[in-house]
Amino acid sequence: MLGYMSTASVSALSVVVGDEELLVDRAVAELVAAVRAGDPEVDVHDLMPGQVSAGKLVEVTSPSLFGERRVVVLRSAQDLTKDLATEVTGYLRAPADDVVLVLVHAGGAKGKALLDAALKAGATRINCAKPTKAAERLEFLKGEFSRAGRQITRDAAQALLDAVGTDLREIAAACTQLVADTEGRVDEKAVARYHTGKAEATGFTVADRAVEGRVAEALEQLRWSLAVGTAPVLINSALAGAVRGLAVVVQPPRGIADAELAKRAKVPPWKLKSLRQQARGWSPQGVARALQVVAETDALIKGAGRDPAYALERAVIEIGTARGQRR
Amino acid sequence: MSVFDDLVGQDTVIEQLRSAARAADGLLAGGTGAGMTHAWLFTGPPGSGRAVAARAFAAALQCAHGGCGHCDSCHQVLTGTHADVLYVRPTGLSFGVERTRDLVLRAASSPTGGRFRVVLFEDADRATEAASNALLKAVEEPSPRTVWLLCTPTAEDLLVTIRSRCRLVLMRTPGTPAVVDALVRRDGVDPGLAGAVARAAAGDVERARRLAADPEARERRREVLSMPARLDGLGACVSAAARLYELAEAEAKQTTAALDEQEKADMRAAFGEGATGKGVAKAVRGAAGALKELEERQKRRATRIKRDTYDVALMDLAAFYRDVLAVQLGAQVQRSTESHDEDVRRVAGSSTPEATLRRVDAIMRCRERIAANVHPQIAIEAMTAALYLG
Ligand SMILES: [Zn+2]
Repeated sequence: MLGYMSTASVSALSVVVGDEELLVDRAVAELVAAVRAGDPEVDVHDLMPGQVSAGKLVEVTSPSLFGERRVVVLRSAQDLTKDLATEVTGYLRAPADDVVLVLVHAGGAKGKALLDAALKAGATRINCAKPTKAAERLEFLKGEFSRAGRQITRDAAQALLDAVGTDLREIAAACTQLVADTEGRVDEKAVARYHTGKAEATGFTVADRAVEGRVAEALEQLRWSLAVGTAPVLINSALAGAVRGLAVVVQPPRGIADAELAKRAKVPPWKLKSLRQQARGWSPQGVARALQVVAETDALIKGAGRDPAYALERAVIEIGTARGQRR
Repeated sequence: MSVFDDLVGQDTVIEQLRSAARAADGLLAGGTGAGMTHAWLFTGPPGSGRAVAARAFAAALQCAHGGCGHCDSCHQVLTGTHADVLYVRPTGLSFGVERTRDLVLRAASSPTGGRFRVVLFEDADRATEAASNALLKAVEEPSPRTVWLLCTPTAEDLLVTIRSRCRLVLMRTPGTPAVVDALVRRDGVDPGLAGAVARAAAGDVERARRLAADPEARERRREVLSMPARLDGLGACVSAAARLYELAEAEAKQTTAALDEQEKADMRAAFGEGATGKGVAKAVRGAAGALKELEERQKRRATRIKRDTYDVALMDLAAFYRDVLAVQLGAQVQRSTESHDEDVRRVAGSSTPEATLRRVDAIMRCRERIAANVHPQIAIEAMTAALYLG
């Protein structure tokens, strides 16, 4: 992932390639900051395709009288018209000394000729593709801590990822928060403390307590979640996730391995054990009833009812009742 | 050849519209025009061709030969380019009052071609309450040469005050032989395939066409129909729901993406993207606004396409259980799920008619929930669980 750059390392031509907005924005910001560090007066032209015309290109890339440095960022370069892309390619053959050009490209097949031309002209390539693998997200998360000059244990990093999900912006936000709220090496205990707060806010605790039949605790957590501003629809989707997990472990599809089972239940494999524990005391009829409750609640939250908070309270109570249901 | 050739199994309707078009012709020639009126409501089940009938009628009204099907005027109406026919096809789930007012205004001007000004309003049931009121005014006080053609699934879908001012055109569900005949004769579909898809579509001509033309659509239907027999536990219910969700989202995305790209390309062309010179900056700003509006519209349409896609899958499932019920009750009816006869018989043998009715109810409840914006996967999980338990 991205590290810090010194002024000296800023190349006159860079391509930022990929579809992960957070990484793209960061890469561009770091390039600009690096140039600025050397020249605080630098002009920055950050342009979307709609703002680019042949005239504009000439204006921002032609040599200036007093040799002021400029940074020209062409966003979504893959969406430039063919004519404009040709203009840019032409510029690459005779670049101006005082211009730092940054081409931002989504990385697909569209507009690939321009990207190739830039690379051929010696552009520095910065990859900003969306991480698709869990290992890559873990790497990103660790990178967030080292950026801040901090460390996190492997287990803690994994626990944090499981709690936050796959969205890089959310992961980054969670890291920032942990860095601000803790001191020293971040371990599982610190994440758990943070995670409990977060989980309350996202409704997972509500869902866990509800399917475990601990209705009173579930209701307390629910009040708390709503009070800190968690959207009702998110709490219900946590309920849906918990009940879905029950459904899969209560009556798993025949001849299916645990890894596949975890995938269907949409939980990390290590959570199967706790899921099976939660599922004790549930009959298939009860789970089916809970699935109905979740669907009814979603309808109530989406507008069929006037009071989403009440709809959720009712859901928690009915799920608790469904747990005791024998047939 | 005639503009009415595209209607499948609608002989009564064709007779009604032909005679109205003759009366309209008489009106233009200075007659009383008895038999013609200025507001029409086309109703009928999905795929029965409400809009097709309305369009054919519009063509017949504009044609000097009662809808010959080959003159310029007929051609223009059928391809949607006639200057005196205004087409309204709501892309979103609702049609607002402002656009309706604009429509009423444009409808009121006199016909440039000297015959009629025709408004063809498909899915008029999507008009909002305020829009309906604006529409009512226009229908109450019609301009002399303006003809309103409204289409809704049933007459009840329209304000009673509007409905009472319209002459009703009732489309019926065409019989399988009529659908087969149309597919074979007009679309050149192989008779064997035509028979199968016509029975599968149960009178929905559009659906039959789609099934005949698109092997993937047939495959999706096959997959949906094979679901009931596989629901042997709650885990399987969750899997089936996830699969159904995935299928529908992918299909909707495919449909939407194709439409969106074309429209965006058209708009870029219209705004002369890539042009240089004076006024470009202004044009670019205008284009940005128009593009944003287009994207909003496309988003609304995507929601609607998604819903329609779920509807198709859920109606296939409902057809399965209706056939189960027919077997359980020993009713001699044509079954639309003949390809899954074995599954139908097995489910019929292992459950009661009461359970089957409860299952059909669960499917209908799922449709209602999706229409009420419940997350489709959640709605479908509740449904598959209910289907499993019976
Ligand atoms: Zn004609």
